[in-house]
Amino acid sequence: MYYREAPRGLASRAIRFAKERVAERLDGRLEDRDPDYLREALPLLWLLSTFYFRAEVRGLDNVPADRPALLVGNHSGGNVIVDTFIFSLAFSTHFGVERPFHQLAHNLAIAWPLAGEMLRKSGTLSASHEHAERALAAGAPVLVYPGGDWETHRPSWRGSEIDFAGRKGFIRLALDAGVPIVPVVSIGGQETALYLSRGHRLSKALRLDKLVRLKVLPISIAAPWGLNIGDFAGHLPLPAKITIEALPPIDLEREFGPDPDIDEVYAHVTAQMQRALDGLAAERRFPVIG
Amino acid sequence: MRIDQSIQIAAQPDTVWHYLEDPEHYLRFMSGIAHWEVVGEKPNGLGARYRVLVRVGAAEVGGLVEMVEWNEPFDIAWHSVTGVDHRGRFRIRERGEGRTRVEYRFAFGVIGGGIAGLITELAAAPVMRRQMRRTLRQLKRQVEQEQRRLEAERRRAARAVPSLPGS
Repeated sequence: MYYREAPRGLASRAIRFAKERVAERLDGRLEDRDPDYLREALPLLWLLSTFYFRAEVRGLDNVPADRPALLVGNHSGGNVIVDTFIFSLAFSTHFGVERPFHQLAHNLAIAWPLAGEMLRKSGTLSASHEHAERALAAGAPVLVYPGGDWETHRPSWRGSEIDFAGRKGFIRLALDAGVPIVPVVSIGGQETALYLSRGHRLSKALRLDKLVRLKVLPISIAAPWGLNIGDFAGHLPLPAKITIEALPPIDLEREFGPDPDIDEVYAHVTAQMQRALDGLAAERRFPVIG
Repeated sequence: MRIDQSIQIAAQPDTVWHYLEDPEHYLRFMSGIAHWEVVGEKPNGLGARYRVLVRVGAAEVGGLVEMVEWNEPFDIAWHSVTGVDHRGRFRIRERGEGRTRVEYRFAFGVIGGGIAGLITELAAAPVMRRQMRRTLRQLKRQVEQEQRRLEAERRRAARAVPSLPGS
């Protein structure tokens, strides 16, 4: 009957429209990055970074100035990844917004209508090996977080631990693209809320890992929600002092030969990062205050 | 936002100018400077380009700058080419009795930054003002040291002139 078919047609068109929009957002177009948008966003980022998070970013001279590199970071702060924004600010002011720079993020973050748009304009691509390769081949440094949602939702008392959960895809990516790895360590992000548990068993029980690639369903105490399950709507981060340090680049072929052992490289990179993170942790005297 | 600071230096304008025209000196007297590098073949003069980064709060701010005025021994002015929009100037003027007034002007703006841009300009201004004051104090110290070195050199040279036979 007509009155039944019309709404169904409308609904299917709406679903198709939404699917197309989401697919567009996830296809990793490098040209979505907008330097003017970044330039205009820098003041707000600078204000927040300087006065709210008292941020310090060191070692940017370790990022090769004239060739691509794979920047490998430890992920912190739940779904409100303040250290990524702070690092992007520091990168953009150090090298200029004119220099292309891309970060990889979870599909869910990119797919959001407003936040996703802002992320794509900032150069963020949905996380995939292919998108990262495309950006590196175009000559841009790419920032990846191998630990992903597993690491960013680790409990607060493990804030100074590197935990990539054995994910080694970044090494193959650097080898395939022939670019050095620049480790980037960050501390303070896990003090922007009280992270209690990743909730990975809960996520598995609800089959979220199969349905939306979510291996965790984090549980935290965060402003303004109090008990925060999932962190889907984000939270208001506490003004924790954030310190970030880019370490000297690791040339995989030179250090490990033309056919490196992936496990050996993984152990080396994570050990380097853990040592640097221990150093940053030793500088901190109090949680949040820094 | 435009910030203006000045200082009196006990040296001739030429001495100040020769100190300022050498790009190697900038790392020594510019406060908060994280990076100063000549870009291209030309080390100084009109059209010379430098990559400059100054630490302001949580960021190293700067980019590629180009010298747009090189009026010896009065004015050196630069504009940003890439990075944060700004322009700067050293104005060197004689004040008599072997003294020189150096004015350091710096203007920056965040086009399209909205309210956050305005707040940023206001918040960054005291930091910049402090750094500019420190820059001028360091410039004064170094140029006056240079002036003393030059005077000492002149005195040594005068003493070293051999006396003519029969005089």
